[in-house]
Amino acid sequence: MSEFLDILFGLGDKLTAHIVLAASAIGLGIAVALPLAVWASRSRNVARVALGFASLVQTIPALALLALFFPILLSLRAVFGEGLPTLGFLPALLALALYALLPILRNAVTAQANLDPGVLEAADGVGMTSWQKLRLVEAPLSAPFIMAGIRTASVWTIGAATLSTTIGQPSLGDPIFAGLQTQNWALVLAGCFASAALALIADNLLGLIERGLARRSKVMWGGGLIAVAAGIIAALSVQFGGEEEDTIIIASKQFSEQYILAQLIGSRLEAAGYAVEYRDGLGSAVVHNAVASSAIDISVDYTGTIWTNNLKRTDNPGRKTMYQTIKEWEAEENGVLVLGRLGFENAYAFAMREDRAAELGLTSLEDLVRVAPQLTVGGDPEFFERPEWIAVRDAYGMRFGQTRNFSPTFMYNALTSGEADVISAYTSDGRIAADRLVVLEDPREALPSYDAMLMISPRRANDAALIAVLEPLIGAISVDAMREANFAVDRQEDKLSPKEAADQLADNIGL
Amino acid sequence: MLKFEGASRRYGDVIAVGSVDLEIAKGSFVALVGASGSGKSTLLKMVNTLEVPSAGKVLFAGDDVAAQPPAALRRRIGYVFQGIGLFPHLRVGENIAIGPRLAGETLSAERITELLELVELEGDMAGRMPDELSGGQRQRVGVARALAIEPELLLMDEPFGALDPITRDALGETVRELHERLGLTTIMVTHDMAEALLLADRVLVMEAGAIVADETPHALLAGKGGDTAQGLVAVPRQQAEKLAAMEASGPT
Repeated sequence: MSEFLDILFGLGDKLTAHIVLAASAIGLGIAVALPLAVWASRSRNVARVALGFASLVQTIPALALLALFFPILLSLRAVFGEGLPTLGFLPALLALALYALLPILRNAVTAQANLDPGVLEAADGVGMTSWQKLRLVEAPLSAPFIMAGIRTASVWTIGAATLSTTIGQPSLGDPIFAGLQTQNWALVLAGCFASAALALIADNLLGLIERGLARRSKVMWGGGLIAVAAGIIAALSVQFGGEEEDTIIIASKQFSEQYILAQLIGSRLEAAGYAVEYRDGLGSAVVHNAVASSAIDISVDYTGTIWTNNLKRTDNPGRKTMYQTIKEWEAEENGVLVLGRLGFENAYAFAMREDRAAELGLTSLEDLVRVAPQLTVGGDPEFFERPEWIAVRDAYGMRFGQTRNFSPTFMYNALTSGEADVISAYTSDGRIAADRLVVLEDPREALPSYDAMLMISPRRANDAALIAVLEPLIGAISVDAMREANFAVDRQEDKLSPKEAADQLADNIGL
Repeated sequence: MLKFEGASRRYGDVIAVGSVDLEIAKGSFVALVGASGSGKSTLLKMVNTLEVPSAGKVLFAGDDVAAQPPAALRRRIGYVFQGIGLFPHLRVGENIAIGPRLAGETLSAERITELLELVELEGDMAGRMPDELSGGQRQRVGVARALAIEPELLLMDEPFGALDPITRDALGETVRELHERLGLTTIMVTHDMAEALLLADRVLVMEAGAIVADETPHALLAGKGGDTAQGLVAVPRQQAEKLAAMEASGPT
């Protein structure tokens, strides 16, 4: 409980970032939706198109919508120049504003459509111009309904804003995603609690404004409005109070190893006097693009990932050639500096419980083919789309009875609880030793290598001082050291935070 | 004062009003009577351009109404209609003052009280919201609002249609009296011939978009105006005769 409270009170900057993001998105949503609603009330076609578009947006999962803005903004750089941010606040703002559009627009259009025709005729009859009619009659009569729409949009937006963590915008999603990955439930709970509390407060204040408008009580809606404005202004002043210049931004993907390595790199840089910021829990595809576009400065990526996702290669030239090819390709194609390999691999492998493997008499993938039709295989959400799986499937003729998707963390739980017989594990995972799993051998070498590499953005690629600080990390981390650090974060009891694990890892490898 | 020159209104193939020629003198109280769908409301709304003629034109004080900015035109013409159309979010006083407010003037509290008293309401009603009033009171406020702009012309579209007979009768009297006192020109649309006969000094009967009779109440009662007009006059007359007969025969 005290851990939960400690975390909760430590969320101040995430909370203010969350408020600023959500408020801006709702503000932008209102600024677009209201004029559109007025236009829609004058033209049936506009109403149909606008509402259709807003509904269509609603059907896109929020997570996908957020991710979609990266390529959109990237292509818009052709128009707005290289300075256009592709990650962080801007795409989060645009995606959330788009999401907020529907409830506001729909309520505003419905409110206008349901205005008493007698009242509208009276407005014309007494000689109102169309602007006077809008200002004196339509707007005040629609206001309570529009406010209800804004209220719905606000609750959605505050909830969905937690997802902006995945595109590098700090929010209350940071503790949720970090906690989910490291199975630190206090973190998850604190993030959920804070965002739910924020949503409830916003809902109540906006509800007060709505009722105030409906009852035409200036005190009520004025008071509510002042409270909302005060909250936003307070968050803004905290957010933009202290400016830091020349901050190094370190990215991490959504698993423990990435969190630990980000902290390890960050600590070294901080010790060398750099200001550091973390963009934790980014989507895997987002990270590479972010480094290539200098939206972030440093990331750790894996040879096999870049090989298939970015070079679009399906062959397997062997560990060393693959690394060299990638290093040259990155320098040439993106200007990204691949500083070197950290020393360990985090490759895909098939793992089983030791007792189960013994019972079935399995030691390699060749043995597995025989019994696979009776077994359930678990993989992370992207695994069964990946060429690794296809390579294994084709090389061995592997057919499983059932396939299931799990988030990386839950995959291991599924294996221990028997919901899966085989999983697509990662070789650097601490749980392989801890859960007493066996990694099945790959005699036909279908699975490519996954060397961890340190990637530096084009913006920092020539920064000799920075590189000097990072150089000692190259070749320094053995797979055992990495497994131990990963397990320290992933285990259920006595777990360490990624930061603590990173410090311990630094000690272990003598840095 | 008001002149219709071949004014027509079509909706596709449907003729709501077909080529009406008509002149209305200043100071007259004209009733437009007809069944539902006879085109009487459409004809009335052509005056303040809530309906635009498909052909022909309407002249108000010598000028084509279609050639004037609609908002400015409507601020010179009082308009009262069945829906009443008080703005529900504005107080009674604010509703009455809306016309002058649109023109950028502020109506004094005294003038609002005066207008309320003109339609036989208490002056302190100005602070109330429309939904606190009875139907009759609301329609009186509607009349006060129309009078607030000191109109040259008062248009009333079934103004008393939704009211109970007693309220309706009283409000009719009030309007007729105001018409005299303020020297208004009034056009009232109604489907009730008795109301038209009692209040107006000229009755126009409409059928299928055309004016089929144009007579004084006395002439109509004397049997003039043709079959449609006489059909409409017959209803209240027979009712009155039956009532008189019942009264004469005593309780059965």
